[in-house]
Parts: sequence; C-alpha cells; structure tokens
Amino acid sequence: MADGDYVLEARGVLKIFGNHIALDNVDFGLRSGEVHALLGENGAGKSTLIKILTGAYQPDGGSVHVDGIEVSLDNPLHAQTFGIGTVYQEVNLLPNRSVAENLFLGHQPRRFGFVDFRRMEADARILLAHYDLHIDPSSELGTHSVAVQQIVAIARAVQLSGKVLILDEPTASLDRNEVERLFDVVRGLKAGGLAIIFITHFLDQVFAIADRVTVLRNGRLIETRPLDALSRTDVVRLMLGKDIAFSGATDVEPSETPDEVLLDFKGYGRKRSVLPFDLTIHKGEVIGVAGLLGSGRTEVARIMFGADPADQGEVTVNGKPTSLRSTSDAIRHGFGFCPEDRKAEGILGDLSVRENIVIALQGKLGWFKALNRDEQLEIAGRFGEAMDIRAASLDMPVKLLSGGNQQKVILSRWLATDPAFLILDEPTRGIDVGAHAEIVRTINRLREDGMAMLVISSELDEVVAYSSRIVVMRDREMVAELRGRNINPGVIVQAIANNTDEAVA
Amino acid sequence: MKRSLRPLAATAVIFLIAYALSVAQFPGMLSTRVLGNFLTDNAFLGIAAVGMTFVIISGGIDLSVGAVIGFTGVLVAVLISWLGFHPLAAFAIALGVAALFGAAMGVTIHYLQVPSFIVTLAGMFLARGGASVITQDSVPINHDFYSAISDLIIRLPGGGRLSFIGLLMVAVFLFGALLAHRTRFGSYVYALGGNPVSASLMGVPVARTTIQIYMLSSTLAALAGIVFSLYTSAGYPLAAVGVELDAISAVVIGGTLLTGGYGFVLGTFVGVMLLGLVQTYIIFDGTLSSWWTKIVIGVLLFLFIVLQRVIFAASAPREEQPEKV
Repeated sequence: MADGDYVLEARGVLKIFGNHIALDNVDFGLRSGEVHALLGENGAGKSTLIKILTGAYQPDGGSVHVDGIEVSLDNPLHAQTFGIGTVYQEVNLLPNRSVAENLFLGHQPRRFGFVDFRRMEADARILLAHYDLHIDPSSELGTHSVAVQQIVAIARAVQLSGKVLILDEPTASLDRNEVERLFDVVRGLKAGGLAIIFITHFLDQVFAIADRVTVLRNGRLIETRPLDALSRTDVVRLMLGKDIAFSGATDVEPSETPDEVLLDFKGYGRKRSVLPFDLTIHKGEVIGVAGLLGSGRTEVARIMFGADPADQGEVTVNGKPTSLRSTSDAIRHGFGFCPEDRKAEGILGDLSVRENIVIALQGKLGWFKALNRDEQLEIAGRFGEAMDIRAASLDMPVKLLSGGNQQKVILSRWLATDPAFLILDEPTRGIDVGAHAEIVRTINRLREDGMAMLVISSELDEVVAYSSRIVVMRDREMVAELRGRNINPGVIVQAIANNTDEAVA
Repeated sequence: MKRSLRPLAATAVIFLIAYALSVAQFPGMLSTRVLGNFLTDNAFLGIAAVGMTFVIISGGIDLSVGAVIGFTGVLVAVLISWLGFHPLAAFAIALGVAALFGAAMGVTIHYLQVPSFIVTLAGMFLARGGASVITQDSVPINHDFYSAISDLIIRLPGGGRLSFIGLLMVAVFLFGALLAHRTRFGSYVYALGGNPVSASLMGVPVARTTIQIYMLSSTLAALAGIVFSLYTSAGYPLAAVGVELDAISAVVIGGTLLTGGYGFVLGTFVGVMLLGLVQTYIIFDGTLSSWWTKIVIGVLLFLFIVLQRVIFAASAPREEQPEKV
C-alpha cells in the first residue's frame, strides 16, 4: 500500500531509556476511518509508542509522519495542532468546572474581553448533541459518571484536533453498558472519517470495535493485521509469544484428599472492580492466578487482602464467617500481601533492610510491644540468611538493593509475621534470574510447610511450575479453574482467549 | 443548588442569623453607621482577602500578605514624609514593588517546584524584615492629600458614612468577582486548583497563570497596605501582623475550598463581613475580652471546614447511581 494512505505513521521508530531498548525499529501506520487496536502486555512498548505519536517523547531514531510529511512533535499541545488528540484512561479534565468550560477551556468565546457564557453553553449543547449526550453544559463535570466524562474528553479532543484520536485504555473503569455507549460514539467518529487508535487489555472489546490490530512484544513489532483474519487464540499467542504446544504440566501432585479448608470465598466481589467469584483455598495449596494485564488479577488480590473491601459476598476463615473490611482485618487473620508495584506500595525505600523486614511484625504486635534493636537484628538476620538477601549490611537503606533483593525483603517481611495465607502479586517481575529461581524455590518450600498462597504472575511457565490449581481471569471475571493435567500453558492461553467464543470471532 | 454554592449559602445564612441575634440584643447595631463602619474598618482586610481568594482557589496559599501590608505602609510613609514624594507617586512605587515581589514568588513556586507555603513564608520574613530595616518606629503621614481622601465620604441617612476606603474595598471585590468568574484568567485559576496536570494537558499556560496569581495577591496586599496607611495616617513595620491568617479565615468561611478548585470572590466578602460582625458585637457588649473574636473565628473556621468535607464527600460522583447516558 502507498505511503499516502496513512494519516499518521511511525517509521522505524527507536526509543532507548538508559541501556534498555523500549522500542526497536517499530513501524506503525494508521488510516482514516479505521479503528486500530494496539495490543501488548505491560512493558511491550505500547505506551512508549503512543507517547512518541503524541509528542510526549522524542524518538531516538526513525521518524513520525502526518499525511506523509515528516514532522517533529514537541509536546502533546503541538501534536494537537497537527490534528492528533488523546484521551487517557484517567480522565484528564477538570472535575471542578462545568461541562462547557471543560470543552472550551483556553478557547472560550469572548465578548468585550469577558467569557461569553451564554454562547459557550449553546455551543457546548450543539457539540454534545453530536454525541447524543443531553446534559446541562453548566453542570459540574465531576457530578457526571466516568463514562460521560470520557465522552466529554473525546468531544474536546476531536473538536480541537479532528484527524487522529488516540484512546488510551478509555474503558478501564467503565461497566458494560457504558462501554457500549462509548463504542457507539467511536463508531460514529469512525464513520465520519476519523482515524482512531484504541488501546485496551480487553480482547472482547478489540474484537467488538477494531478493524486492524498491531501487536507489540518486548519493544518489537510482532504483527499488524486486519482483525477478521485472526482468532482470539491467535491474538493471545501473538501477545504472549507462546506456542500452544503442550509444554510440561506441573510436577505438583494434586492431592486427592485436599487438606483442611483455610479460606472460603462465596460470591465475593466489588462493584467496578471484580465480578463475584467463588474460591476455596486449602492449607498447603498454591493458587496461581493467570490472565492478561487488566483482567482483574490484582483486584482479586486487593479484595482478598481488604485493601479494596468487597461489597458483596461472604468469606469464612478456618470455617468461621468473618469480614475483611481493611488490611488490618486481613493481617489479624494471618494474611500477607506482596504488591505488584514494589517501589510504590512495597518497600519503604529510605528505611533499612532490618526495619523493612520487621515492620509488618511490629504492626501485628501493636504499639506496646516494641521490638528492641537486638530482636529486630535477630529476626532480620534469620530471614536475610534464609532468603539469601544480598545486602552489605542489614542497616543499609533498602532502596539501594537490587530489585530481586528488594522482593526478598518484602517476602521476608510477611514471613516474619508467620502468615497462614500469603498473596504474591507478580513476585518475579523485573528481577534477575538468580533471584527469580530463589523466589520460586521459596514458594515451593512454603507450600510444603503447609502455607496457603495466591500467586499472580504473567509468566505462564512459572505459574505452571508451582501452582496446585490455577484460576483464570478475563474481563474482571473468574472464568476458569484448572487443575491436574489441565495445568499447562496451552490450556491457560486457551482459557484466557476464551475458546468457547471462537466461532463468533 | 450546585454543591459549590452550598458553603456560601451557609455562610450567608449564618451571617444573617448572627446579625439578627445581635440586633435583637443591641438594637443599635441595625444602623447605617454600623454598616458603614463595617466597610471602613475591614477595608484593608477585605482587599487582601480578594487576592488570597485567587491564591487559595488555585490550590496555593500566600503567607506574605500581612508582611506586605506592613512593608507597603512603611514604604509609603517614608516616601511621603521623609523623601517628599507625592502620595500618588508613592502609591505607584509601592504597587510596582509589590507586583515584582509577587512575581518573584510565583516564579520560585512554579519553576523550582517549591510549595507555596514555604516560598510565601520566606516572602513574609523578607517583607517584614525589610520594613523593620527601613525604620523601627511608626512614621506619621501628614499630607493634604491624605486629609482630602479622609474627607471623601458619602453621608447616609441615619448618620452613617461611606468612606473612600470602604467603597474602594467594594470596588476591589467587584473587580475580583469579574476577574474570577468572567475571564479566561479566572477559569485558568480554577483549572490549576482542580488538577494542575490536566490543566497543563488542556493547554492552560501554567507558568504565566501561577506568576499572575501571586502578582495579583501581592499587589492587592500592597493596595491593602495603602488603605491601612490611609486608615491610620502612619506607617509602622509591625502593622498588620497575622492579617494573612485573618484573610485565609475569611476566604475559607466564605466558602472557598482550602484545597483549591472551588470558591467565590463574593463569598469572601461575606466572610469578611462575618468577621467584622463578631468584632462589632464584642465592642457593643463591652464586657467580653477581644480575644473572644479569635475563639469565635476558630469555631467558625472549624465548622466550615467540617461542612465542606461533608458536602464534598457526600456528593462524590463515583458513588452515585449510574446515570442515564
């Protein structure tokens, strides 16, 4: 196809952060009147590519073309002058101002130097009518639902740019009806000749709305193809880079007579987060959680730990009904949680290794049983040795340690509280091979000691290696529970892709 | 009613009830004389509070206001009484100095990403220290121009007097209301208070707006200083200590959210009047210590902060029923 076909094009784009290549020679072309889905797991380079196309980053190599002409985009406002508008997942508007002002801020119509509110609101009414949105333009934006705010954001972006619309996970916090509503808007814009890039983690939505799809993996372009030639399984395979060949089932013997039931979740869920699920966890069992990013994996962990309390369903711990309204409830029942984002939610970077290890135990003991320094050193030393934490001293700030060692510190923190149930969210992301093996070994050892665990991971081989059972999440719903022979990457990929809908796709 | 209007309505209702109760006890408080003095006595506070309203709506705070009032008073007095400037020339110089001072604080806040609390605290010490370096004493101003302005009054039926400085405050409030609610600059100020990241992505000139906000606040503080010198016919380096806190109180009591994004300039006017009412009541009573003013202000402030929390938490949009789209 000729170059002239593309409204917006990236040619051989290269982006390097430090010594990490975020985008390696990626080509991307967008035509008018199409919805082009951009897919890839976390770290695949989607957001880097988008930031280059909107001028937030400058490419280290390659070029960006608008209507076939090479351009250099300095920042998102500059990109807007070339007709490129973006709507982000987090609505980047002003909830404290009126709908009309959000549409026209910086471009308000004026009379005698003063903002002409009557005209602005009339203009807003006309503009919103195009989107079939009949709300009072003088009402405060923050009083409307996220879906309405999202449509207002789209209306602003289209009105100010009008050639290319980039939707960066716009549906992440919408429910199903709202997504449909948003898709109607997108279809209308597409019919009007707008070129649309659509980024999402929900495959159903990709198949519902996109014409073509581009898949990135590890900063490389894997494929750009019309969607009607692809099945769901194809897409998942492209994203994860896994062949659906049988690649070794778990070596964990599924115990015929499960041990004592530790936890029993029934109809447990939270609005706008996870649909109700049932799950029974026995002592000495590792439940693996698989699913694409954004499928609700982390949300399940947070609900179980009480970080985002459930608003429906019930839970029993050791057979007794209870409630997990907060993290301290969960800790009291012997839960531990190593979050996904170590830096933001896990480590206390400026405190020492010792303090980081004892902090959860201290929290459990309460104010009046302070651990003295010797006790702290003893505990930290014991776990430092058991977990093979490589630190020059237990008193050095934990932020100076490598990612793998930080992860071991967090794991030690919870192990020090002698938990009955431990939740690990992506425990091996971004750590080196040695530390990786150490953490997998620790998970296996803890299971043998009779601890129950829930481990979330994108690494299918890894989940397969230690899980007694695997639950699969898709679109915030627990869609499958795999045991025994079914625990292999091929079956997981099929479950993620939802083979039953294959015929429809 | 829009939720942002509710705190303002609450303030207005409280003012009317408090005034009615005061009048019931001291019928003399319902007179044009008292109302006229309300304006005159609170003129400098009101003018400074208009600037403070903009700063707080944008999500910042300006602690230098009281010190700028003191500094301006001394500067104007020295220029007129010692150096023989005409008062109008002295006023122009003082306003110019203050505008530069505010711009410098705005530049520091924006470009060095220092919290406004810290920058304006430094500004407060600088201005107060600067005033004391110029002179330690009260410098009287005896100039015909000053007496002429003092004589500019409108007599009201019932013995009341509308003074020039009282009317000036009203004019500043009207100017502030127009600026906040009817201009692009005003919408940028609210945008910064709502979400600075969104604001910059939406094309709000964040740097320029931030600098203009602090220039406006300092310039109005200087105008308040001039008014204060007209009111007292002197300049004193330790004048108006703590006025920034009274101004912040008036702004918050007037319904502006301390975290920024919501508020009304005219709400601040009601806030200033409410503070004035408390003081007048204590003067009428005669037996109460004037420190009761502080206690009442404290209670009012606390009440309004709780009220705002309740209003804004109760109507958080995420928890509402999904609306029809």
